[in-house]
Amino acid sequence: MANVISDETIEYVGILAKLELNKEEQERAKKDMGEMLDYIDKLNELDTTGVEPMSHVFPVNNVFREDVVTNGDGHEATLANAPEVKENAFLVPKTV
Amino acid sequence: MSLMQLTAVELGKKIKAGEVSVVEATEAALNAIEAKEDKVNSFVTVDREGALKQAKEVQKKIDAGELTSPLAGVPVAIKDNMCTEGLLTTCSSKILGNFVPTFTSEAVLNLQKAGAVILGKTNMDEFAMGSTTETSAFGETKNPWNTEHVPGGSSGGSCAAVAAGECFYALGSDTGGSIRQPSSFCGVTGIKPTYGTVSRYGLIAYGSSLDQIGPVAKDVTDCATILETIASHDLKDSTSVERKDTDFTSALVDDVKGMKIGIPKDYFGEGLDPEVKEAVLNAAKKLEEKGAIVEEFELSLVEYAIPAYYVIACAEASSNLERFDGVKYGYRTKEYEGLHNMYKKTRSEGFGAEVKRRIMLGSFVLSSGYYDAYYLKALRTKALIKKAFDKAFEKYDMILGPAAPTTAPKLGESLSDPIKMYLGDIYTISVNLAGLPGISVPCGVDSKGLPIGLQLIGDCFQEKKIIQAAYAYEQTREPAFSPLLAE
Amino acid sequence: MKQYETVIGLEVHVELATKTKIFCGCSTEFGGAPNTHTCPVCTGMPGSLPVLNKQVVEYAIAVGLATNCSITQYCKFDRKNYFYPDNPQNYQISQLYLPICRNGGIEIETAAGKKTVGIHEIHMEEDAGKLVHDDWTGSSMVDYNRSGVPLIEIVSEPDMRSADEVIAYLEKLRMIIQYLGASDCKLQEGSMRADVNLSVREVGATEFGTRTEMKNLNSFKAISHAIEGERARQIELLEEGRQVIQETRRWDDNKESSYAMRSKEDAQDYRYFPEPDLVPIVISDEWLKEVKDRQPELRSEKLERYKKEYDIPEYDAEIITGTKKMADIFEATTAICNKPKKVSNWLMVETMRLLKENEMEAEDISFAPENLAKLIELADAGEINSSVAKEVFEEVFKNNVDPEKYVEEKGLKTVSDDGALREVIEKIVADNPKSVEDYNSGKKKAIGFLVGQTMKAMQGKADPGMVNKILKEVLG
Repeated sequence: MANVISDETIEYVGILAKLELNKEEQERAKKDMGEMLDYIDKLNELDTTGVEPMSHVFPVNNVFREDVVTNGDGHEATLANAPEVKENAFLVPKTV
Repeated sequence: MSLMQLTAVELGKKIKAGEVSVVEATEAALNAIEAKEDKVNSFVTVDREGALKQAKEVQKKIDAGELTSPLAGVPVAIKDNMCTEGLLTTCSSKILGNFVPTFTSEAVLNLQKAGAVILGKTNMDEFAMGSTTETSAFGETKNPWNTEHVPGGSSGGSCAAVAAGECFYALGSDTGGSIRQPSSFCGVTGIKPTYGTVSRYGLIAYGSSLDQIGPVAKDVTDCATILETIASHDLKDSTSVERKDTDFTSALVDDVKGMKIGIPKDYFGEGLDPEVKEAVLNAAKKLEEKGAIVEEFELSLVEYAIPAYYVIACAEASSNLERFDGVKYGYRTKEYEGLHNMYKKTRSEGFGAEVKRRIMLGSFVLSSGYYDAYYLKALRTKALIKKAFDKAFEKYDMILGPAAPTTAPKLGESLSDPIKMYLGDIYTISVNLAGLPGISVPCGVDSKGLPIGLQLIGDCFQEKKIIQAAYAYEQTREPAFSPLLAE
Repeated sequence: MKQYETVIGLEVHVELATKTKIFCGCSTEFGGAPNTHTCPVCTGMPGSLPVLNKQVVEYAIAVGLATNCSITQYCKFDRKNYFYPDNPQNYQISQLYLPICRNGGIEIETAAGKKTVGIHEIHMEEDAGKLVHDDWTGSSMVDYNRSGVPLIEIVSEPDMRSADEVIAYLEKLRMIIQYLGASDCKLQEGSMRADVNLSVREVGATEFGTRTEMKNLNSFKAISHAIEGERARQIELLEEGRQVIQETRRWDDNKESSYAMRSKEDAQDYRYFPEPDLVPIVISDEWLKEVKDRQPELRSEKLERYKKEYDIPEYDAEIITGTKKMADIFEATTAICNKPKKVSNWLMVETMRLLKENEMEAEDISFAPENLAKLIELADAGEINSSVAKEVFEEVFKNNVDPEKYVEEKGLKTVSDDGALREVIEKIVADNPKSVEDYNSGKKKAIGFLVGQTMKAMQGKADPGMVNKILKEVLG
């Protein structure tokens, strides 16, 4: 395996992705990610010099809405699925 | 002949003629679900009460002449990644296990306007990540042709429900083959339309630049009719395309004379099951006999589609799935210490292994120092793949090949080796990268009695060509039902 | 001690004055009960998709043009990924790779002279929701009413060297944006927010020092103090032979100090990538021209027009056009009473004084131009005298009272009844023989005291000219 994924990398990606893996999952993730990256490295066989990265397939541009209010009071729908609500606001563990 | 063996359009005609009532059709479907779910597990949610209520209302509107669509009154199943107001929508994930949307996805709204009766929500690979419907948090779906085998995925529930006769048609979504591959495995017909043809509003995103909703049905006529109904230019989806050529049923013509069909040699190499190869080439022969010009060519870059796809899809998915954090909806872990611990525990407990695997990979390829090497490289590869297709379509009206390299594998055989599983998408994935339309139609069964699918790929906005060819091919075969539907 | 130079760059966030949010049709109106101005899009509901508000692009272009930027005619949005509850999708739709404006700059003026502050880029993005912390329950409450309100972020070059330059830059920027009508730029309400990037280096050094970023600065005062404090902190570190750490610091207005916002969970690796749910924006030359043509009158144009059209002095015009709000009041009031010089005087003298006394900005002015016009008319017609007028104006300024009604109710009208006034004056003259004697013996100034006594007796409601005239007659 050309790509060796370290514990630190897995931990760092876990912080970015907000995932906490147990020891077993972590070992599996190291192996899986290494293998996938080896596989993805196949792309390096391709000469892509001068090729523009293509994020959108079609040349569709300038899709806009006009600046007109179309929505009314949405709090009921917004809060309908909330795990915890207080005074019409979502309740989360303290952020500061 | 059982009512459930009718196609959607056939049933629609009978309803219109007053030979079958909407309630009768709905009850027939609900009873079939009740009888067969133990064996197939196609559904996450069955809305018996709601379906019967809709059936009565739709019948009234049909009687009043307000509903005239060919699909009016025909019961449908919806993949569980499309939001349905008031009806549980889980993406087959624990993290959305209790999520009840407050709005309905545009494609489903379009069906409702045409008088569809929604039976329930179909099982899928969690967040559409998988090719077997085994990554669902609510149990695997089984293949109605042989319940020891997978139905394919990720729209495995939709395809199995159609194949088992639990509904008359279904909606699926296709990010890397998720309609075409399970259609092939389940012996049904499915279309992945040109990107932008069906609104993604209300479709819970996996890979936003690749996702498209499409029909799954018993035949090409149904698929064309459904696609005509769900296609729309939606101002709520910026990537929705305004098309004036969505009268897809006009392409239901049994004529392929002069059509130029290219068979990519690189689709028939190593890894392709000989029985699949034979069935697909036989289908090509049938089209040739009907007057199509069939020739082989070199598409190139085929082996690069999968790695490029996994970089792009996982990167987008890692971002799309960030919103599932236990704050606004869905699952929240029971015990936690502080905000970040809440996030981590919620997500780690709420997502399954395959989803976590893809989120990790996607977060990694976008992280500082790797973006150029992986993400931009993949986008450049995508540009080259698109170019290769453009070149092919200068010469051919469509490309013909298998939908999948094998027939449906046995349950439990795929998940242990992700890369091998990903390789199963080799014929479908590049179509999503290039935004093209593709259709899978049944073209035989292998020696184990498992269905084989033929894939036709069109140029952008050329659904009509592949619909016409698929329709013409279909006329050369007798329809085949799965044992669960035939009985 | 070595001599140090402060190097400052600003990231200024400005909330645009659109009616709706950047990606959905929810109102941007300030206030409202929590989550009332929300929909699936601005709360990150699964399946929702953004659609760009065209007005946001036009405002961004207008600000770019007015700050001498080049407009990126093919621009895109990117996703900035980070987990925080005020950000419902846990990514912010912003611009990194192709921001809408680049390479501009504006000229500022300080006591030290004129200089140009470069603008590196301006990009469009969405605002976050609001968090309210509840110490009792140890939790925070999330309100998404502000989530998705359109922002532009104006990133300057590290061209500023002092708090004075920073304030001058912000004031200039604010004036430009207000003139365009692109934002009201209220620091207190958060419609203009500045993050300060600051480093210090020895005078003469060519390399930049390590910088810190300071957030949560809600007033010019906070910005000034934060700059002074951070400069001192960094110099102290360097003098002690320690290093400045590149970090984000949060300003605490109450404690008048900043603290580092550090966390292991906060990796600051935003994994930007092109937003797949939005299509690129292509800005044609025609569109640019349209925006340019529709641009409201700029300050320099207004200044010239005022001098010509209203015939007011350069000095007056400078002050009045100093803020868009002041200019708007001037024009509206003049349109009613057609007395530009008088209007300008009220604005320049009394209004400015009251703003200063109350620590207010011109944007906070709340009186109606009609009321100022009425006041001017009352004074001009001699219905009230000038000291009453000032008193009434304070009421107009504070409570937006109708001067006519107010004068009527309080009985402030000038007494112009000759007989009544003569009676009072005769009594004053009789009661103050000493002053009368002084006056008659040539000390003409003594009349001032008598005028004062008369005004006092009249509770200020007499016309001073008339008092003088009658007094002279009575004194013979």
